[in-house]
Parts: sequence; structure tokens; C-alpha cells
Amino acid sequence: MRPMNEDELAEAIRGAEGPLRVRGGGTRPVGRPVTGEVLETGGVAGVSLYDPGALTLVVRAGTPLAEVAAVLAEEGQMLPFEPMDHRAVLGSGGEPTIGGVVAGNVSGPRRVVAGACRDSMIGVRFVDGSGAVLRNGGRVMKNVTGYDLVRLMAGSYGTLGVVSEVGFKVLPVPEAEVSLVLEDMAPGPAVAAMAAALGSAYGVSGAAREPGGRVLLRLEGLAGSVAHRAQALAGVLARHEACARLEKDESRAAWAAIRDVAALADMPGDVWRVSVKPSDAPKVLDRAGGTALLDWGGGLVWLVQPEGTDLRAKLGGIGGHATLIRASEATRARLPVFHPEPAALARLAAGLREKFDPRGVLNPGLMG
Amino acid sequence: MQMPQPNDSVLDRRARIITMLQEVLPADAVIHDEHAIRAYECDALTAYRCPPLAAVLPGSTDEVAAVMRICHAEGVPVIPRGSGTGLAGGALPTADSVLLGVARMREVLEVDYANRFVRVQTGITNLAVTGAVEGDGFFYAPDPSSQLACAIAGNIAMNSGGAHCLKYGVTTNNLLGVTAVLMDGSVVEIGGPHMDAPGLDLLGVICGSEGQLAVVTEAVLRVLPKPEGARPVLMGFGSSEVAGACVSDIIKAGVLPVAIEFMDRPCIRACEDFAGAGYPDCEALLIVEVEGSDAEIDEQLGLIKQIARRHDPLELREATSDEEAKRIWLGRKSAFGAMGQINDYICLDGTIPVSELPRVLRRTAELARHHGLEVANVFHAGDGNMHPLILFDANKPGDLETAEALGADILKLCVEVGGCLTGEHGVGIEKRDLMTVQYGPDDLEAQMRVKDVFDPRWLLNPAKVFPLEVSAGRRVA
Repeated sequence: MRPMNEDELAEAIRGAEGPLRVRGGGTRPVGRPVTGEVLETGGVAGVSLYDPGALTLVVRAGTPLAEVAAVLAEEGQMLPFEPMDHRAVLGSGGEPTIGGVVAGNVSGPRRVVAGACRDSMIGVRFVDGSGAVLRNGGRVMKNVTGYDLVRLMAGSYGTLGVVSEVGFKVLPVPEAEVSLVLEDMAPGPAVAAMAAALGSAYGVSGAAREPGGRVLLRLEGLAGSVAHRAQALAGVLARHEACARLEKDESRAAWAAIRDVAALADMPGDVWRVSVKPSDAPKVLDRAGGTALLDWGGGLVWLVQPEGTDLRAKLGGIGGHATLIRASEATRARLPVFHPEPAALARLAAGLREKFDPRGVLNPGLMG
Repeated sequence: MQMPQPNDSVLDRRARIITMLQEVLPADAVIHDEHAIRAYECDALTAYRCPPLAAVLPGSTDEVAAVMRICHAEGVPVIPRGSGTGLAGGALPTADSVLLGVARMREVLEVDYANRFVRVQTGITNLAVTGAVEGDGFFYAPDPSSQLACAIAGNIAMNSGGAHCLKYGVTTNNLLGVTAVLMDGSVVEIGGPHMDAPGLDLLGVICGSEGQLAVVTEAVLRVLPKPEGARPVLMGFGSSEVAGACVSDIIKAGVLPVAIEFMDRPCIRACEDFAGAGYPDCEALLIVEVEGSDAEIDEQLGLIKQIARRHDPLELREATSDEEAKRIWLGRKSAFGAMGQINDYICLDGTIPVSELPRVLRRTAELARHHGLEVANVFHAGDGNMHPLILFDANKPGDLETAEALGADILKLCVEVGGCLTGEHGVGIEKRDLMTVQYGPDDLEAQMRVKDVFDPRWLLNPAKVFPLEVSAGRRVA
């Protein structure tokens, strides 16, 4: 099914006689495999409202991410949270949609200063499992009118409702960027250096360690300000290593690769995404072994593991959570894709799904 | 403003309920004396008052859980309260309720600069969180005007904002985790020092739920390194329209100030009389603040002043010293006090798209004339969060009602132009009956379903947020 507008989307869900597999661009086959009829959202597309002077964009969910980026770029603006493109690491095709980004709360390196996808969202329209069209939030940046279902929808992978329209707070594209580089950093010193950088007053907007041990620290903003902060930050990091620099396009390319986890894309095995307290990252690497990319100053660990490994068993006792992003369908059916939650939280989540999708037709079982 | 009739069966069991509470709490933590309990009869929306059946001040998460278990078993509504600074009546008790204050829980439990978070008990004040880390160069970003007194518990309940959220976001963007007690007494931990949720974003829905889903007893908050410095520039304009256009142009230009504050003539005049901040005599005034090193500030303010000059400012004054910066902020920060000196007032906080600013200001003035009252405007212009102050005389019969009617008209206007009823104060009882202006029946139903899951019997702060007739079928109380 491919509805072409919100009414048709609601119609399709109301009329569903069995489970639906909700799909945007089909670039992020994440989650426990779902069997059911495919419901494509790509037809519900287009920009509903763009007010650059208010930093506000409202866009229908099926709009390709590339189109969203292009519309914003014309006014020198961007989505603040730098969403990852999963195609390389998942080996998938298709065109990512903004609805897919929202469904997965997909956020990239700038998350450390600009927040996640959820943090830029200011409104949603969605269709719940009974086919009712609902809205929450709106088009203004500050809104505490009633409960916040906007954030509840972010990262719910289409299990509470199918998003038809999303409002975002957007940001100006920084005039300049530069990345400081520290070479050959072991995980411990790398995380310490990233913590020092992120704890400085210089507005570090990216802090990552590539699998080879190279640490990148990004600064963005007005040209003069970036130059000033680059020098000041190098001073903070002086005790770690002499800093090299990546300028402009080189820096941009490096961060696009980090955002998309390109370094792990061609490696055989399962890919895990681990969210921890940044200072726990070295311990995660130590226990898990395998190749790793650290982002968010260590708070986000991407790991390659031998096929079928239960990474959670190796990490036991470290706080945070692990998501199995890439694995065979068989592995994803055997190991929970999303980190099992404590019973009380699982009950609340199940209760919400039951309320928003009483018939259990929206991506049933996808989140476990 | 209507509140539900108290439940007689609960009132009849008053003595027994108090005894049960005394069994799980220290003697001085259960307040039921008719004089002492007056302290808890209202929050900062003082027009509405009602003493609760009892007030309790537990000292730990376990004690909170024990209170909740008793109230759950006895079918007693629980009204959570932070510091009682809320402007929307979110902590207004009913006669059959137990008011649960977290004021005794104010410890800083953990400070972690390497991972840039603090863990606190939620009775701590907003400013005390910054106080705990500022010596080491960090701060907690959300800064509601009441930050000296307001508790983190209330900030989480209302998803509070402040003057600097254009850059740093509101509470939900700075909250990493909570320990919370559900109505049945179970304790849940959601989130933590890591940066995202494993499953559904329950943290996101608890934040801003006005104490209707859970009582949050501990919080993990993101703290940020303090910027090197900050500097404001003051601009005066001949009309609100021009000031509004200037705001829009600054935002579009790619500089992101940390704050853009707006004041109109009635507000400027009152502040000037009260604080003598040296504000120019003009229709509209902007205070724009940027952060960074001196050189960075020069760069940003250079751009901002260039934009402002295109709008023929009557005054363009950049602070050249800390002293001058303080003076520029002095008037703005004393705006509410200044208004309080000359009048009683209601302060609303509807939010609008910034581009609608001129139209909304014009319509607000017309509505005020129609109701025969004066409105002064001071607000966070960068994010469209209005703060119309409706001036009235509490001693004049009928004036409060007229002011409330004008307030409702202004909020309807905010919704009509694409905005919302409340940007940071919350709905509480104050805007409860206007919820149907912003949301359709299905939208409200969807929100109420969330409460059904967390609190199936609707015992936790039940008569707030949703119009009473809309929530009637669900509320026991």
C-alpha cells in the first residue's frame, strides 16, 4: 500500500486486516523482522511550511531527507542533529525519508551540542493503530501545552503510530568548520582527551575516535570564532598530543564518514550500537573486543562482533544499552534487537502500545 | 475555576489516613494542623486556594513510595509539589488530597565533569544546581525567572524554559534520566548518564506531564561548560513591527544569540520608573545577548548591529563593561517586580511563530482596549514565547474575571496564528479549560491514554491539564 496523503494513510491503517510493515524509504531495516503487508509512507511527501526567520520547518513524513536538506540549504539552514545515513552500514538501497529519521530518532555527531532528532522536533501529526489522525506540539519552539507526545513518537519505530508530518526547529549552517586531529590514541586517553574538549568552553560540536585511533574534534561557527577556538582548544589538548588540523571539505568528509559509520560498513559480522556513559567506553571496548568507532565523546560506541554474538552478555554490569543494528534475520529473531528493559518499564511500554495500537497492527514485535 | 467536589469517603477516613502516613514518615513530615497546612493551600497562582487533607514532606525515594502506596490503597488523590512557584496552579490541592512536597530532598548526589552530568534529588532549586558546579566552570542551562526558588521537580513537571533556551533548549533537552515513583508506589529508573533511550522515550513523556504520571525524586541533568563571556546589546525601535522584523533578520543571518528579549512601551516605562536602567523612550526595545571570547563577541555583535542598523534603530547601545551589561539587563530582570509595584497582574506565556509578532501585538492591544484593561508585553522574542502582563485591580470586583477573559482571548489568538497556549508555565488549572481550543477530542484522548497507562485510577494530580468534563469519566476524584 502506498497512500498519497494523510487521509489515505489513515484509511489504509483503519482498513488493515493484519500486521503492517511500515516503511519510509526502506533504508533502515532495523529491528526484529516483521511479517505483514508493507505500508509505504513515501507518497505522503512535501514541505508544508518553511519559515526561515523563525527557524521552523514543517514537512510531511515521506519527504526524502535529501530534499529536506536541499530546501534548508537554499536558506543557509540545516537540521541540527546531523542524521546518519544507514545505507552503507546496512547495505540497503532506497532513499532515506524524514519520517524514517524520526521513527528511529536517528542522530549524528552533532548530538553532543545540538541534541538528538527528538530534541529538534517541535510537532507531529500521526495516525494511530485505530486509524485516528492525531497531532501534538505544533510549529513553535516552546510548547508545554499538554503531554509531550512529540518525543514519545521519536524513536518509536512506527509502533505507536505512523508519522505523517513533523515540525522541526532548524539551525543556520555554520559559516566555517575545522577539526583538530590527535593521532594514534588508545581508547582510554582518547576518551579523556574528548572529555577535556567537550568540557571546555569552546563549543566542540563533534568528538569521535576512528577505529585506527585517530581522534577528531570539530569546531563550527563564524570564521573568526572558529579560528580563535581552534587555537584555544589546541592549548587545552597540548598535554595529549600535538594537534594537526583538517580544514573545510576534508573536515566535512571525515565527519560524514563518522556519521554514517563508514569505517565499519564493509567489515564482516554483526554491527552493534552501544549507548553508555562516555567514560565507560574504554571498558566496553576492552570487554567486547572487535573493531570500534567512538562518537559523542565515547557515549556512542559502534562495534563489529562475530556473527551471532550476544554482546550484552559480554558487557554485563556496564550501564547503558546495546542495540543490534546489523545482523542476519535469524540472529535478529534470536537476540533481542533492542536492549531488554526492566520489567516495570517494559510494562509501561507495552501499556502504551496497547493504547495506541490496540489491534497490534503497527510493526508488531519490531521493538521486541 | 472549578475543582471537583471532594470525595466524602476520603474525608471520612481523614484521621486514619493521617495515622497511616505518620507510621511511614517522621512525625514532623506529616502536616495536618489547620494553620500549618495553609502554607500548602496554593502555588504562585494565588487566586485559587484550598488546604489539602494533609501535606507530607518525605526525605527519600523510599518514603515517597511508602506515601504513594498508602494513597493508592486508600484511593486518595496525591498532589505533587516542588517549591510552589508554579504560575498555572499545577500544585493546587483539593480538600480530599495529600499534598506531597519534595522540598526536603535537595541533595546533590553525584557530580561528574568527565561525563558532564549531575545527579540530584529533585527538591533542589534550579539555581542551586548551577551553584554546585559553577566553581568548576559549569552550569545548568534552563533558567526560568524563578530559578532562585523553583525546584527541579517542578521544572521537570512543567518542562520549564527560560531566557536562554534559544541556544540551550528547555528542560527536556537537558534531562538525561530520572528516578520516579508511580502512583502504585513502584519505583522506576529511566535513562541515566548515557545519551539516549533504549526503547520508547518514556523520559520525554514524563517531562512536562505536570506531575500527572509520576513523582520524580531524582534527576540526572546535563551540565555545560560555561562560555568564556557574554555581552548584551540594547536596541530601541519606533514600532513593534520593526523590532519584530529585526528579530527575524538576526535569526536568518546565521548568528544565534543566546537570548533575544523584547519589551514594549508600557513595560519599558514601568521598568524605567522602577529600576532606572536608562532605557530609551521608544515603542519597542530589544536586548540581544551573545556569548564567547571578546573577539567572538565582537564578531557576532558586529553582524547583529549591522542588521539592526538596516531597521533604523532609535538607539543601539552595546555594553562596554560588566557594569553596563548589568544595567541593560536590570530593567528586563525587574520587569515583573516593576509591574507588581503598580498593579496586580496576570502573566501568560502563549507562544507564537516569530513572524506573527506584529499582528499579535496589534490584536492584543485591540483586545485589551475592548476589555478596558492595559497589557504590557515582555517576552523571549527569539523563540516567540510571549509574556503579556494583564494589569488589573484585585480590589475591584469583577476585575480579575475581566482579566481572565482577556487572557483567554489572547491565548486563543496565539493558537489562531499557529502558536500554543503555554510555552513554559504549563496548563495546570489556569489553561485547563482552553485545551479544547488547541486540541481536538482525539488529540486529548491520546494524551489521556498515556495517563491511563501510568495511573489507571487517575489519582495523581487528577484535576489538572484536561478540562474537567473531558476527564470526568476517568477520574475517581
